[in-house]
Amino acid sequence: MAIRENEFFTLLGPSGCGKTTLLRLIAGFEYPDEGEILLNGRDIALLAPHERPVNTVFQSYALFPHMTVGQNIGFGLEMLGKPRREIAARVDEMLRLVRMEALKDRRTSQISGGQQQRVALARALAPQPKVLLLDEPLSALDYKLRKEMQIELKRLQHETGITFIFVTHDQEEALTMSDRIAVMSGGSILQVGTPRDIYDRPDKRFVADFIGEANFLPAQVLSSAGDRAKVTLGAGGEILAGLPHGTQPQGQITVMVRPEHAEIAGTDADATLSGTLESAVYFGTDTHLNVRLGDGSNFVVRRQNDRCADHGFAPGMPVGVRIRDGAAQVLRD
Amino acid sequence: MARPYSVQRQRGFTLIALFCFVLLYLPMVTLVVYAFNAGATTSAWEGLSLRWFHAAAANERIIDATLRSLTIAPIAGLIATVAATMAALATTRTAPYRGLTFKYAFINQPLMVPEIVTAVALLVVFSRVKIWTGYSGLGYLIAAHTAFCIPFAYLPIRARLETMDLTLERAAADLYARPWMVLRRITLPLLWPGILAGFMLAFVVSLDDVVITEFVKSAGQETLPTYMLGQLRRQTTPEMNAISTVFLGLSVAIVTLFFFLSRKTD
Repeated sequence: MAIRENEFFTLLGPSGCGKTTLLRLIAGFEYPDEGEILLNGRDIALLAPHERPVNTVFQSYALFPHMTVGQNIGFGLEMLGKPRREIAARVDEMLRLVRMEALKDRRTSQISGGQQQRVALARALAPQPKVLLLDEPLSALDYKLRKEMQIELKRLQHETGITFIFVTHDQEEALTMSDRIAVMSGGSILQVGTPRDIYDRPDKRFVADFIGEANFLPAQVLSSAGDRAKVTLGAGGEILAGLPHGTQPQGQITVMVRPEHAEIAGTDADATLSGTLESAVYFGTDTHLNVRLGDGSNFVVRRQNDRCADHGFAPGMPVGVRIRDGAAQVLRD
Repeated sequence: MARPYSVQRQRGFTLIALFCFVLLYLPMVTLVVYAFNAGATTSAWEGLSLRWFHAAAANERIIDATLRSLTIAPIAGLIATVAATMAALATTRTAPYRGLTFKYAFINQPLMVPEIVTAVALLVVFSRVKIWTGYSGLGYLIAAHTAFCIPFAYLPIRARLETMDLTLERAAADLYARPWMVLRRITLPLLWPGILAGFMLAFVVSLDDVVITEFVKSAGQETLPTYMLGQLRRQTTPEMNAISTVFLGLSVAIVTLFFFLSRKTD
């Protein structure tokens, strides 16, 4: 796997998938049994943490409690032996960058969680590392603050031009912030791609399931051409589905349809699938319609709510589900 | 009105508590009171006086023993604390491995071996060493005190290290601090309260020791506790009470001082 310069790269996966271990290997807190970690062509796998031009923003921030905000930010530069004047200037610059000028002489215990987060960022950015590692840095913040920091992080990455490697289990965070995402499970990387690739064209069932919601339908390949295949769904109906890059599957396969990419059919002629409405669950922005298909499986359609018009669905009514050509994706496994 | 359950309202709680406090403090109160006795006994009260404090302060042998105690305790306490700090760092800043528990037990050996056994062992070994080297100075007492003070210094330091977030040291290393700088700038400053507590304990334990000192000391090397023990064999005058009172005051003062020192840096 290669991460590009100036990239906002995210390692995404459930807890225990190995994403934090991978981050620690890059930082130097753990050493690999085999393999290489190249930074600009140089193998850094066995270097001590202080020998790597890589800085980390820790999940717990790990601010030094016996130092002020300014001393924390200047620590890395001090250890690099930079002259005092340069350190002072750089600390002020970093404080401006994270908008914390007023709190320079505070103790780290005297500032809020969001402010500590900014100090941790400033401290890690101050020595101008080649790569900044971020270990679930937003997980301790409340929802509003997390949203704010997501934008802030993007801005910082843009302004500093440093490569960010960001670890998270939050799919929304990954989708909104990343240039590219690597989805991990059980210690290996399942798919690497842009947020759009990962969401719209997941390779594997795990990826489709972990990011967003998905309906999985058994299907049979009729014919394929280029990156699309004509398939018959097990529950009835024929659709054109996207194919994973470079595959020409035959026979039994699984296709994935996102709930918001399907719709309730206006007429029977429009319907790809038919079934009975089991329940309609109100979610504010949209409503989840759970449809029991002819073959007994469940299919979820997500329908945007309209304040002015109630959809009028009632459990038990027969409904048709329409899947437009290209709305489905064939999975690799 | 029903009141919430509290252990303090259990039947007999107050009585038992009072009994325990009386048992703990009555002897000490008696000792302190009789230090101010004008008479020459520790049983018959003959009025208030500082006579025995003056007597003790003028007693050359008491001054000599006190100075010796106050020489051994800080030196032994300091060496023990340095050794204990290194041992604590080595046993906590490492991945757990087979034999680590054995090492804890090994370091804390003086807590488990009966003091009298250590004392006899040291007597046997040191008497031989004295013959070989011809040296019979304070070094033996300092070495012995250092040895049994190590676990007292080690335990609070290790306890503090175990509650300290390892991430802070990682963060420092991540920010280009070499291992020695991590120790100097992060670990030691944060460990300081534990080190102080360890030193304080070691100091007090050394100051207080009788058994090992009695066996190891050469002629004329009385410490304050062994001097007092020697005096009790002859006669008991309130002079002993006066020394004990000063000793008590000193211990309380040291503990209080270190308590506030360590709280300030915490």
